[in-house]
Amino acid sequence: MKSANRSTARITGVFIGLALAFCLIVVLNINIGSVPISVGEIARILLWRTGETRLVSIIWKIRLPRILMAAILGGALSLSGFLLQTFFSNPIAGPFVLGISSGAKLIVALTMIYFMGRVGAVSSWALVVAAFIGSLMSVGFILVMSRRLKHMATLLVAGIMIGYICSAATDFVVTFAQESDIVNLHGWSLGSFSGMSWDGVAFAAALVGITVALVFLLSKPIGAYQLGEAYAQSMGVNIKLFRRALILLSSPLSACVTAFAGPISFVGIAVPHLIKRALNTSKPIVVIPATFLGGAVFCMFSDLIARTAFAPTELNISTVTSVFGAPVVIAMMLNRQKER
Amino acid sequence: MPKIYLQTQSLVVGYDGKPLIRDISLDVSRGEIVTLIGPNGSGKSTILKSITRQLKTLGGTVEIDGSALHSLSYKSLATRMAVVLTERMKPELMTCWDIVASGRYPYTGRLGLLTKEDREKTAAAMEAVHALDLRDRDFNAISDGQRQRVLLARAICQEPELIVLDEPTSFLDIRHKLELLEILRKMARERQIAVILSLHEIDLAQKVSDWVVCVKGETIARAGKPEEVFQADAIEQLYGLRGGTYDPEFGSIELPAIQGNPRALVLSSGGSGIPVYRRLQREQTPFAAGILYTNDIDSRLARVLAQEVVAETPFMPIGEAALRRALELTNTCERVIDAGICIGEINRAMERVMQQAKQSGKLMTAAQL
Repeated sequence: MKSANRSTARITGVFIGLALAFCLIVVLNINIGSVPISVGEIARILLWRTGETRLVSIIWKIRLPRILMAAILGGALSLSGFLLQTFFSNPIAGPFVLGISSGAKLIVALTMIYFMGRVGAVSSWALVVAAFIGSLMSVGFILVMSRRLKHMATLLVAGIMIGYICSAATDFVVTFAQESDIVNLHGWSLGSFSGMSWDGVAFAAALVGITVALVFLLSKPIGAYQLGEAYAQSMGVNIKLFRRALILLSSPLSACVTAFAGPISFVGIAVPHLIKRALNTSKPIVVIPATFLGGAVFCMFSDLIARTAFAPTELNISTVTSVFGAPVVIAMMLNRQKER
Repeated sequence: MPKIYLQTQSLVVGYDGKPLIRDISLDVSRGEIVTLIGPNGSGKSTILKSITRQLKTLGGTVEIDGSALHSLSYKSLATRMAVVLTERMKPELMTCWDIVASGRYPYTGRLGLLTKEDREKTAAAMEAVHALDLRDRDFNAISDGQRQRVLLARAICQEPELIVLDEPTSFLDIRHKLELLEILRKMARERQIAVILSLHEIDLAQKVSDWVVCVKGETIARAGKPEEVFQADAIEQLYGLRGGTYDPEFGSIELPAIQGNPRALVLSSGGSGIPVYRRLQREQTPFAAGILYTNDIDSRLARVLAQEVVAETPFMPIGEAALRRALELTNTCERVIDAGICIGEINRAMERVMQQAKQSGKLMTAAQL
């Protein structure tokens, strides 16, 4: 049982590390910006709700919602990546690679243009629903393809093609849209956590929270599914129901991200991979919470860099996540090649 | 008579609604091993996949423990039946312990946490297949033989009453094949588990099975006890072998005899000729063997490999006809090989054959070959 203790210790260590990193990044994120706010000031404002009015409003109106959103969406994105990887038994599946984010983006763009033109405003609800529909469309297409294409590489090519097609369609729509309808669209379509409202945060938190809880409850069958479909069924998993549940749960996660922050690349692949390596296990019951936490940390960290690296110019969030995520993915593929 | 645990009646199986094999009737009782044999692509896996519910059955019935297969929930089926499949399991970062413990799935709670009892059963299952020392090893980093044992432990850990194994011995070396089947045999008897498996190795199938089912294309060609099924002609027909190459007693398969006029005569007794036959076979030399008593072990193999066998009735002195033929062959063959023949009272006539061979300078020993 010595080794069991060792792996428990390792898992505990990873969780503590992630929690510490989480706190550190939150503080750094509030601290650093065009107006630096000292740690003491932050504590005072957050805990005692007193302090300089200007700083209070910077923290409460700008930085805090943005940080929380980055945390929620980062976690959602990573978890959705983990679910898709499980579903396709493919380590580089993810919402971005499979074209799911792009599908969501297309429908969101159409919805935005439509509502801005007619109503002049768009609710979070409408955007999330649009993104959800877009995600499901892409997933549906991938599912049809995956029945024919058993091979990992071809499936990814199919996903990338869907991504390009959707992006092309989005560009087309954007090009011919009224300038005033797409003011927000342009920045959004590149991906950013800026300009988040508390309403949005509450909405995302509720949606993602419920979904994550449901995913966690599915961790037992997910573990069985990791051994392959046939084995999972022999252990008592109703495969048809389970596969549906997996898709229906991974879609709102990636849809929510796309609706609020636009398509964000590589997080969904890199984070679950890093987390599994760190935990040295792929047991969903620990990987699911750790992946969520890890994704949150990763996205907050990326957002910090996006905001501050070339301040006052802000980078797209995808620029930063790609810089950090792509090498992880490349290393992972090289590693796999070696193992064979 | 043990109670029948798995029963199929006029079962029809196939892929995508297209029937492949019809009229399958199988009975498997607890404590009994039933083996499916048959050539590649004959549908052994298809039958097993239908029984394990991975494929929809296309007709007929499958009953497990008295209830129809399709009426059982996946969960209740999981407590009755465990599987070892052919497809490679490629889990990520999982130890052998994790794999075996996954067999506890039907018994654990909502989140799948293992209780003390589950852990004890997991350890016991690993112990039973002599794999406890592998518990912390990465499942992807162990050998094929170890992997199959771990998968068997996983199946045992599921505490089933029926285990279905699809070609569990493929990829294994001889030692691991034997080890695995021995464990299986013991398991079936001791725990009264019904076992149904498919095997490629008909020699092993003959030794391990209580009941053998020959699957060939569209139907079950034959089924019965091993001693009934393993007849030379039945096996040769099943696998489409050319005449006389399967030996039912030893369960061995031989390459076909080299055709042509015998160029060597092999003199031997009691098994001493066998290595020489094989040697000549490899050298593509047609040969004759004699004079062999028909109950001599050499005679068994000579009948398959030699162009001609000069035979004599057991325990009788060598007769005129046999001796004449042996002397003729000594004249016509290029070589006469003494593979180590025992000459005694009743086969004294062999001395004449030896003598004639020596005089013509054709006699050589197996070592000179």
